Amino acid sequence: MDASSKKWAADPRFKILPQQAPAMTDGIAVWRSIRESPASEPEHGSIFEEFPADAATAPDEPSRRHFLKIMGASVALAGTGGCFTQPQETIVPYIRAPEQIVPGRPLYYATAMTYAGASLGLLVETHMGRPTKVEGNPLHPAVPEVMAQANERANDERLRFGATDPFGQAIVLSLYDPDRSQTVLRRGQIDTWEFAYSDLRAQLDRLAPAGGEGLRLLTELVVSPTLADQIQELLAKYPGARWHQYEPVNDDNSLAGARLAFNDDVATSYLNTPDVVLSLDADCIADGPMRLDHARRFRWQYLGPDGAAMSRVYVVETSSTLTGAAADHRLPASPQTVIAFALAVARAFGLELPGAMEMDNREVPKPWLDAVVEDLAASRGRSVVLAGRGQPPLVHAVVHWLNAALDNVGSTIEYRAPTAARPELAVESIRDLAGSMRAKEVEALIILGGNPAYDAPADLEFAMLLGNVPFSLHLSEYANETSDRCGWHVPQAHLFEAWGDTRAADGTVSIVQPLIAPLYGGKADHDVLAALMGNLNATSHDLVRDYWQRSFGPTANADEFERAWKTALHDGILAGTQLEARTPTLRDDFAKIAADVLGQNLTPADKQPLQLSIRPDNSVWDGRFANNGWLQELPRPLTKLTWDNAALMNPRTAEESQLNTGDVVEIETGAGQIDMPVFVVPGHPRNVITVHVGYGRQRAGRVGNKVGTDVYPLRTSQTMWFAVIKRVQKTGRTYPLATTQHHYDMAGRDLVRAGTLSQYQDAPNHPPFMAEHGHSNPELSLYPEWKYEGYKWGMVVNQSACIGCNACVVACQAENNIPVVGKDQVARGREMHWLRIDNYYAAEPENPIVYHQPVLCMHCEYAPCEPVCPVAATSHSNEGLNEMTYNRCIGTRYCSNNCPYKVRRFNFYDYNAELRQEATRQLRPNPDVTIRSRGVMEKCTYCVQRINAGRIAADKEDRLIRDGEVVTACQAACPTQALTFGNLNDPNSAVRELADSNLNYSLLGELNTRPRTTYLAALRNPHPALEKLNHQEDLTQRR
Amino acid sequence: MPQIFHPSMNTVSRATIFGAVFMLAMLGWLALRIVRSPYVSGVNVIKPQPVPFSHQHHVTEDGIDCRYCHTSVEGSTFAGIPPTETCMHCHSQIWADSEMLEPVRASYRDDKPLVWNRVYDLPDFVYFDHSIHINRGVACVTCHGDMGKMPLTWKSSTLYMEWCLECHRQPEEYISRPEAVFASTTRPETPHVETDVKWENKRGTLLTNCSICHF
Repeated sequence: MDASSKKWAADPRFKILPQQAPAMTDGIAVWRSIRESPASEPEHGSIFEEFPADAATAPDEPSRRHFLKIMGASVALAGTGGCFTQPQETIVPYIRAPEQIVPGRPLYYATAMTYAGASLGLLVETHMGRPTKVEGNPLHPAVPEVMAQANERANDERLRFGATDPFGQAIVLSLYDPDRSQTVLRRGQIDTWEFAYSDLRAQLDRLAPAGGEGLRLLTELVVSPTLADQIQELLAKYPGARWHQYEPVNDDNSLAGARLAFNDDVATSYLNTPDVVLSLDADCIADGPMRLDHARRFRWQYLGPDGAAMSRVYVVETSSTLTGAAADHRLPASPQTVIAFALAVARAFGLELPGAMEMDNREVPKPWLDAVVEDLAASRGRSVVLAGRGQPPLVHAVVHWLNAALDNVGSTIEYRAPTAARPELAVESIRDLAGSMRAKEVEALIILGGNPAYDAPADLEFAMLLGNVPFSLHLSEYANETSDRCGWHVPQAHLFEAWGDTRAADGTVSIVQPLIAPLYGGKADHDVLAALMGNLNATSHDLVRDYWQRSFGPTANADEFERAWKTALHDGILAGTQLEARTPTLRDDFAKIAADVLGQNLTPADKQPLQLSIRPDNSVWDGRFANNGWLQELPRPLTKLTWDNAALMNPRTAEESQLNTGDVVEIETGAGQIDMPVFVVPGHPRNVITVHVGYGRQRAGRVGNKVGTDVYPLRTSQTMWFAVIKRVQKTGRTYPLATTQHHYDMAGRDLVRAGTLSQYQDAPNHPPFMAEHGHSNPELSLYPEWKYEGYKWGMVVNQSACIGCNACVVACQAENNIPVVGKDQVARGREMHWLRIDNYYAAEPENPIVYHQPVLCMHCEYAPCEPVCPVAATSHSNEGLNEMTYNRCIGTRYCSNNCPYKVRRFNFYDYNAELRQEATRQLRPNPDVTIRSRGVMEKCTYCVQRINAGRIAADKEDRLIRDGEVVTACQAACPTQALTFGNLNDPNSAVRELADSNLNYSLLGELNTRPRTTYLAALRNPHPALEKLNHQEDLTQRR
Repeated sequence: MPQIFHPSMNTVSRATIFGAVFMLAMLGWLALRIVRSPYVSGVNVIKPQPVPFSHQHHVTEDGIDCRYCHTSVEGSTFAGIPPTETCMHCHSQIWADSEMLEPVRASYRDDKPLVWNRVYDLPDFVYFDHSIHINRGVACVTCHGDMGKMPLTWKSSTLYMEWCLECHRQPEEYISRPEAVFASTTRPETPHVETDVKWENKRGTLLTNCSICHF
């Protein structure tokens, strides 16, 4: 080291930032994975490099000679790219122009998607009849509105958006999936719907004399009133026929729990915003269509400049979920401990169950229990207790008892009739069917949707039993595992291709309207049922409309119905159709019944065995979204794993078995064994291994086939959610997992600022965790400051609100035509997502606090990427946008190299090539955004296409764009309003208010980049006693 | 060893090197000429169309407003190409037997759309919005030329970025009074910056920002 560099090294201003773990932020030691955690040895090499080591290498490394040949050709041909004249294009006008369609302007239609027993309201953007983008429908009861306050204030004719979840966002990609079934198949051979119909009729005619004995119908959970009506009609015509419902991710336990507590079928919905939430293994903000509503009600509360109240969320969970990550206090627990905890809380409020004390509650920490009881007791009528779908009925029943004891019913909770047309236990229903199939009592089996051969409980051997059925017909979007084993396969129309109806969790009906004629001639489930009734030519439109016309009653006149129907189509909901509220009363002998059930549940013999927790997946759900590239490539919450599932386990559990992330293990339960890779997750419960269903598909399509490991073989009707693990054996093999957790490292600088609500309330102007440094210094520039007059776009990310649900990531991908790159490319760090959600952990690895930090282009006022571009392809607009001009970019990647936030993405290959290969794929992209080709840099644009559209609309009226009028795609998708975009020059804008908050800070502000995207420090609202106990040392640790 | 080159080669080589500069400059000039020639840019080149539609006849002689056919020009990015039905509004009555119009009648009869060759075609990485240009006072003829004098349709501007920027840099030179926006033939004689002209950059957005057109 020479003298000058010594001098530099001594100067604190030029201090080289430490690149080893843990990264220090103001007051909190944060780390991103177990390898970086304070507990592990400091590591150098791949995970601390700015880009993954392989980022710049080709998958098949070319030889030096090959490289020189290509480079020679490139140099010789450089510049000739501009020598081609444009190909002649044509314009094909309409013959008779349809009403309302204006070329160049999108139209929005309201519809709804159904999964897990309830609907999610959608608004679908269409361009010239092509659905391209999905938004939420804010009128729908499960969908929170985006920028609601600004919309109220403006009170104009603007389009109002609601939030969505990743499935809602991604469903539009499935519509154009070329792997969807395109033809009727008979035993795998191409056939026609007419032949299928005549065969079906022949079967029914044969069975009709015996009243339809032997005819079975298997559906998913039916919530559609029209479909239910059709099925009732069918059952009336064939009294011997029977209807079964099966859904692999079902609410059986919840239903059984309600029956246990009330002897009645009721569903719970939530009102108002509770002060205290106790979740007993319920992943309520990331599971099911009501997740958006739950996220809004349970976690997010508006943080005004004076720091309004926050709810306090306690989560006891048997896995690592987003709900746990969002909690103020999280207790990782074994399945038995959850039961013990529920009973202990109930006991504190007076439910004495003989035997409850016998539950092994060593794992229930006393201070934790005391804190929960204290908070629940202090907020009677303002709390919510919920139980997860995997918890046994007893826990659900105890939760009902607790909510009643805490006076929550009527204030934060209400009971309604279940949305299912015929509520029943799905496992019982399919077990019943399988029994009949085994006894060869089933003559004809009609399966509407679903994929039971793949996802039915393993012990039923459903796939094998399909061979016992002489006539079987499967209606399905994909010719999947079940279709393979059925005599007939009929392609099912996509959600956006057929009419239908559905119910939200509170029962509100939505009419499902199609947005496009079936691309592949699919049939709706209504069509098939009509065919069963002998009507070949009925359309789903007529069937649904007729049903509602009838349900309006004969007295209603045609005009009245017409108006109501049109309104329902426009609004996306049929007003006033909620299911009736119920006020079920607890059984008088509740304690005795609960004690009996508890007696059956007590398993003292093997007290704390290693257990398998089987869960729906955040990307493919039960496997139905397996062929969706957007969802497969979406980094899974907490693990950031793409294109795979893995066995998640605690670091210590892994250490005891000498396992590391990527090691393949054999997991054996009573049902069988599977081999799958391990993923070590900090904070995962000690004696639980989590696996997600929906992978290892054989007949999903080109995208989803053989992705990950199928864990359904371990899922039996007895062990739907938890199974005792007999053996976990290291195989010695390793498996490459593509996780993005370590991609785009920001070199361990001051990134996450976090504190507690009480710290903030004590010093709202100078919260202790908001250090002074890190602010930009205007004197550092030689040039006079640019005055941003007019618009000044900016975004504020509220880290307290972000729950890491990924909806924004898929929304961005859909809006901005971001390609899917595949597992190999992701492993090399080439994922193209413009918006990523970074995970940071703080405190001890056994039970860390999790921070989600969405990172997108900061649109720095002094953007480091701009001066290094040799061709000025990235430049600054006078509204402060950091612009990326694709047609200028020559792909030097200097900009990405110079970006401290690592938000620029490079097209290493022509990732959009499939658009040219697949005709239907060409219909999907947003026509308002350029499709990028190989060798071009891209990044977040703040959805400049939406800004421009808003500017044009405002300019035509000679006014400024109003607050909330331009909503970015990520912002529109966010259920908790963690992202706020707007004009910083507008003193009344929501974004201005948040930018002025005392919690606001810039990422790497000390670099003087002056980011336009700023962050609000993450606030938690811990119980004072627990906080002192758990995190005292870590939280007060100073730099 | 004898000299290979005669001393005069010194002069020749000097002239060659000196001349090469001119040669290169000329090649450059030639390339620029070629790129801007109608052969490459397509300006003033008539494209074959299914029906020899005359804007001159319909606009000048019949006096039909632009917006009768290009209906969405004020409200959308795309000006709109009329559906066959629009042609048949008149041509079911007049020139109903014309041989020239047979493709139009066939389209209407057989439900097969007419397929026109695009005359103005922007690259796919450029986003252009007709409605805001009309609204700010850019007349049809400013970009499309004297449509009222075109018996067949040709492109009258290159659509090169330099051409767009001429106006985006100083729009006040190119805009018209509101009443002249849809005028068919006369290019505004005197560009003006008068109060009744709608274009005014009140909101301070620079029209030369890249993201105005490229996103």
